[in-house]
Amino acid sequence: MRANCWVAPNNVAVEDVPDPRIINPRDAVVRVTSTAICGSDLHLLQGYLPAMRKGDVLGHEFMGEIVELGNGVRDGLRVGDRVVVAFPIACGNCTSCERGLYSLCENSNPNAAVAELAMGHSPAGIFGYSHLLGGYAGGQAQYARVPFADVGALKIEDDLPDEKVLFLSDVLPTGYMAAEMCDISRGDVVAVWGAGPVGYFSAVSAFLLGAGRVIVIDRFPYRLRLARERAGAETINYEDTDVMDALREMTAGRGPDACIDAVGMEGHHASAALHAYDKAKQTVKAETDRPHALREAVLSCRNGGTISAIGAYTGFIDKFPMGSFMNRSLTMRSGQAHVQRYMRPLLDRIRKGEIDPSAIITHTMRLDDAPHGYDIFKNKREDCVKVVLKP
Amino acid sequence: MDVRSVTDALGIQRESEDREPQSMARILGWFSLGLGVAALAAQPAISRLCGVDDSPTARTVLRIAGARELGTAAALLIPRRARWGMWARVAGDAVDLAACAMAMRDRQGDRRQRLTYATLAVAGIAAVDLYTAVRTTRGARRTTGDRVRASVTVNRGVEDTYRFWHDFENLPRFMYHLESVRTTGDRRSHWTAKAPAGQTVDWEAEVVDDHPNELIMWRSVAGGGLPNSGCVRFVPAGGGRGTEVRVELAFTAPGGRFGARIAKLFGENPHQQICDDLRRFKQVIETGEITRSDGSPEGTSLRQQMMQRPAQPLATR
Repeated sequence: MRANCWVAPNNVAVEDVPDPRIINPRDAVVRVTSTAICGSDLHLLQGYLPAMRKGDVLGHEFMGEIVELGNGVRDGLRVGDRVVVAFPIACGNCTSCERGLYSLCENSNPNAAVAELAMGHSPAGIFGYSHLLGGYAGGQAQYARVPFADVGALKIEDDLPDEKVLFLSDVLPTGYMAAEMCDISRGDVVAVWGAGPVGYFSAVSAFLLGAGRVIVIDRFPYRLRLARERAGAETINYEDTDVMDALREMTAGRGPDACIDAVGMEGHHASAALHAYDKAKQTVKAETDRPHALREAVLSCRNGGTISAIGAYTGFIDKFPMGSFMNRSLTMRSGQAHVQRYMRPLLDRIRKGEIDPSAIITHTMRLDDAPHGYDIFKNKREDCVKVVLKP
Repeated sequence: MDVRSVTDALGIQRESEDREPQSMARILGWFSLGLGVAALAAQPAISRLCGVDDSPTARTVLRIAGARELGTAAALLIPRRARWGMWARVAGDAVDLAACAMAMRDRQGDRRQRLTYATLAVAGIAAVDLYTAVRTTRGARRTTGDRVRASVTVNRGVEDTYRFWHDFENLPRFMYHLESVRTTGDRRSHWTAKAPAGQTVDWEAEVVDDHPNELIMWRSVAGGGLPNSGCVRFVPAGGGRGTEVRVELAFTAPGGRFGARIAKLFGENPHQQICDDLRRFKQVIETGEITRSDGSPEGTSLRQQMMQRPAQPLATR
């Protein structure tokens, strides 16, 4: 089959690889009909996540049709079913899964011992997301093996097009969880750093959860326009406005009640010097992640407010404003999205028309064009927000 | 002794490695560093102190000894465990004592007296070095693992967990070094383990203690191919957190032929292997299968984690 593989930092290629098959009783093999490139794939692309190997099949946002099923799959899945697959692989049986913390599944990372060296304890395995998180082949391919299919594959029974349900695999639940972690009370002001797909869905979800105002911060006018026009957010372009001043002004001195970091480890800063400082440290591995958005979110948040860190980080950051965080009674919540927990309720919201996930799609192309998709998505060319690949 | 008895968190007496020889070796490492720096930086004062400030040869010898001490210090302070570094100190002491004896021959009076004190000091330190070297070596020999223990928490009640483990025929499902276990009697079972080059090692085991939902202890019957014993304890993890499973395996014949056999069975790191076994045990009892990815198609094992194949599907046979 054809699959998009990681070759070297900043180099992916669509190659011929063997077809997947059932290797465990609870596996399913899915013929992929739609798959997307995620912002976190860009971290893998640049080689910021350790433990990538030449030939790794990328992709953790995908959906398709079940073509083969192991004999241990419960929960009434059938060959021919149309399914969306959650990006964290979760067994459904361990304590974490039973508590709904699917991205912390205790059984799905066969390489947990290595993850423990890096992180202390291991999170769940993730499709196409480095050998640290399992070494699973991803979904930017014609076929994908889905372990624990009875937990991770959600059957789509109505005729909603792929474009409306594909993002249940990651970015929609991720944005929703970011907003949920803010514990929003009616009328809250929520600030969101990053106007990419996750930032967009965070803004949409914050409104659904009762926020009075949502303020989205980015530097690309076309992305800010999307947040304004489709999510109803106010926007700040940090390249021409001082963010902390603007937020103070917009909230009459209080600061936002909650701040969502939907940027993560590859943040940028309006000040070239500050950006260069963190970029240099990251290059020589003196820190692994550039936390510009997180620092600003902490400093901007109102006293006693909440930071929701949803953008991906991998390792260590420098100059976290701990004094501000501690003295002002802030709360930080975080995590890879527990997708399985949100898929059904969000599917209901899509059905009711409360959310239209297809709003973020700017490009649809063939799987063979994946390298081009990565290029325009990474370099923000052609006003790219989200690329959907059709195998 | 290099092993002392301690009481663990569960109130059970167990052996623990004595860290004292290692800390002594580190102290001696710092001593070497001090000596080396002194011999190189304050050579005239030291040679006066030892009564050998009358000979250029003695001064050169002192400088060489100083450089040597710096090397010894590195060997003792840099590795996590001091091994041959202590014997380097002992060898250095022997050389120093010989040098003192030679210097003694043509010295009289005050110089001879100072040299005698220096010699006595070296001899005293040599005794401490020898004692520490012997103890660290004995400690190192024990680490080939005649006893390994590990634990895991599983999301099952103690009854289920005990029942699963009590049927020894289940063990090869997650203990990769076992080929099969066959129950042969009420308390008896026949174990077959994989050995290198397609060979196997067999032994008979008997249950020596069995408290339902609490503990199972077993040991191989005399005359078997691999004298060993094991103990698994089941403790409820409070507040509905499942069961803590604590396993301890012991091999009664460390060193020699049996030691070599154990090392082959368990690879380089028996503790890691038991940890891997327990991780797979958790997978099997919780999910019913061993977790396999494209990078780790055979499931959890440290060796496989270190030698990952690309994350793309395996070619069909």
